[in-house]
Amino acid sequence: MKKVLKGNEALAYAAKLARPGVVAAYPITPSTTFPEKISEFVANGELDAEFIPVESEHSAMSACIGAAATGVRTVTATASQGLALMHEVLFIASGMRLPIVLAIGNRALSAPINIWCDHQDTISQRDTGWLQFYAESNQEALDLMLIAFKVAEDKRVLLPAMVGIDAFVLTHTMEPVDVPEQGEVDDFLGEYRPEHAYLDPERPITQGSFGYPEHYMEFKYGQWLAMEKAKRVIDEVFEEFARRFGRKYSKISTFGVEDADVVLITMGSMSGTAREAIRKMREDGLKVGLIKLTVYRPFPKEEMVEAVKNAKVVCVLDRNVSFGFGGAVYGELAAVLNNLPERPKVYDFIIGLGGRDVTRDDIRTVAEMGLKAAKGESIPEINWVNVDKEAVEKSEGVMR
Amino acid sequence: MKEITKGAIIYEPQNTYTYLTGGWRTFRPVINYEKCIRCYICWTYCPEPAIFKRKPAGEPVPNERVAEKDVVYIDYDHCKGCGICVAECPVKAIEFVKEEK
Amino acid sequence: MIDLNREKDMPWEERSLFGPGHRGCAGCPVPAIVRWVLRYVGPEAIAVSATGCLEVFSTPYPTTAWGVPWIHVAFENAAAVASGVERALRKLGRKGKVVAFVGDGGTYDIGLQALSGMLERGHNVMYVLYDNEAYMNTGIQRSGGTPRGAWTTTSPPGCERPLGKEEPKKPIVKIAAAHNIPYAATANIAYMADFKRKVQKAASIEGPTFLQVFSPCVPGWRMDPSNTVKIMKLAVETGIFVLYEVENGDWKNLKVTYRPRVFKPVEEYLKLQGRFRHVLKDPELLRTVQEDVDAQLRELGLK
Repeated sequence: MKKVLKGNEALAYAAKLARPGVVAAYPITPSTTFPEKISEFVANGELDAEFIPVESEHSAMSACIGAAATGVRTVTATASQGLALMHEVLFIASGMRLPIVLAIGNRALSAPINIWCDHQDTISQRDTGWLQFYAESNQEALDLMLIAFKVAEDKRVLLPAMVGIDAFVLTHTMEPVDVPEQGEVDDFLGEYRPEHAYLDPERPITQGSFGYPEHYMEFKYGQWLAMEKAKRVIDEVFEEFARRFGRKYSKISTFGVEDADVVLITMGSMSGTAREAIRKMREDGLKVGLIKLTVYRPFPKEEMVEAVKNAKVVCVLDRNVSFGFGGAVYGELAAVLNNLPERPKVYDFIIGLGGRDVTRDDIRTVAEMGLKAAKGESIPEINWVNVDKEAVEKSEGVMR
Repeated sequence: MKEITKGAIIYEPQNTYTYLTGGWRTFRPVINYEKCIRCYICWTYCPEPAIFKRKPAGEPVPNERVAEKDVVYIDYDHCKGCGICVAECPVKAIEFVKEEK
Repeated sequence: MIDLNREKDMPWEERSLFGPGHRGCAGCPVPAIVRWVLRYVGPEAIAVSATGCLEVFSTPYPTTAWGVPWIHVAFENAAAVASGVERALRKLGRKGKVVAFVGDGGTYDIGLQALSGMLERGHNVMYVLYDNEAYMNTGIQRSGGTPRGAWTTTSPPGCERPLGKEEPKKPIVKIAAAHNIPYAATANIAYMADFKRKVQKAASIEGPTFLQVFSPCVPGWRMDPSNTVKIMKLAVETGIFVLYEVENGDWKNLKVTYRPRVFKPVEEYLKLQGRFRHVLKDPELLRTVQEDVDAQLRELGLK
């Protein structure tokens, strides 16, 4: 059924359709609507779940772990500082192999405090052993949530998954969304029936044991293997989703990369802007292409390597930054390309932090710099787009 | 090959008994059944537990009234020699003996 | 030697349910406390622990001392995890009584937020605090549950600070009761009848309950391991640890469930523990500790 939904509502509908047993959530801008909608669904009988209005995000994830370990499907949502507060327990959820799904309204991290979009919050959690999906639209937000449940709960995977949607640009913007019927989702997901982790007086198992050096590394390797297997499981689930619901997803989506000298890489809502700008540039005869990452963890190494193979230059648009190094996607792409006999040059463009709009002009600027590099001109390795550098250098006291 | 489970879950309950903590002792408690009134206070407080009950099998008794009651025995594979049983026995029926080499 | 097959035919209260072979210190009462709580709660017990002594010494992979289902997640979230387990059981319609076993570390300080949230939301969880009065697992550092005058590694007595820990012990049962929960009480396994009644009462309540269980620590209190039960008794006989219960947050009408006919001087309790050695040497400090005890007894209507 087609509805006009804000991104947050789409996430809440996806959660409702998945029939979770327990939802433990704490409000934070811009994800507040999620617990609000869930408690509304529970209160009016639309959702038969236990809603726990916990007293912090750390407790939200902890309660979800307790519930998942007991054997029910769980889901929650947060953003930014809330996700940062969950940091400790995210590793634990993954280590305990509990397929919890977490919806994130991608928002900048303090300081200074900022409620608008960038990817720093989820990127900062890339080492936690969680699958990561990024949505370009509210339709993708809903669909990727359902897909996340299925991949996470697959017996070959059993890892938690997070789905990121940009703060305000998606969370609070209304878009038409095709909401699947409950029956269709029931057929797609089935019930969560864990064989490994469930607490029952009939079955005295111990979860969360103490791992000495003799065993710890093997457990970590187990998570590693599960992530590797997830690559195949994700493709299978994307296939099944397409058959059932008519929308085909892939780990990366490409546009014009076959003949492009310069390929831009994006994640999240800026992908739509980029596609428009690049379409115009191609009409103007510029050989530019686009790759949008939908799956970031596991890093779609094989697909990326294949997609950039004809390019001379890759410009990564990172809506995040690791101070002292550069953007995450840039760093990881450069690493996977490094040992290939032939590879494009990779440049980093830090863009759109703290909700700064990513405009078509910005995309054009990036592409033009890439084209210069493709001609052999030297451009900086790491670039900050649309930043008043002079003002900063004045306050930092940096001499030109 | 090591035994590895997903999530480090342990499926067999109470299997720590395979680890013999009896080696921790420097003193060992020895029960004198002639004095033991079968009050089970030692059994109540032994932390391990290293004191168990079983049906009597001809052990000496202090009086006829307790002849049919379960006797306590010490599991020396696990007794850590804390001495709580020695200290708490109301009739001082447990001796604390230095371990031989 | 434990025979789990034989135990299957035994009544629940006779089963071992925990250990042996765990790495608890010789003389540590926590395994006995856990065992007796589980025995009196019954076969529906599902245990939750925070990081701490109990968790670490009871579950060295691939072995576990636990004979009931058990989960551990982190240090500060036992109450939050217990909340999630409890609601999941309710959703599944599955039997289970959630019992949280948490040390003073995971309760008084870092775990206080999660505890307060769980109590406020009214979850059906029995929270058992094994109070050994310091962060013992990490090596005897002071906690909000350390009593005034105790030596710990982060409250060592010195010429500038002769008392050791200077701050009073947080009134954790009062804090729990302030949430108006159905039942909060202190308990001590040296007083088994009282302990049994309280555990069974808490277990029978559908709602949050809180038990503070007195738990001497052999290395942390610098005591002889054979004195564990003796010290538990002296704590009550001297008024250091009063056995009482509070129903529905009615602190004014708190019920003392055992009182010694005459309170012994607090010295009797302190002298068995090396952590108070500096107090026993100095009459001023000894008077401070006795005053703390007297103040507590007055508040509880016992003096």
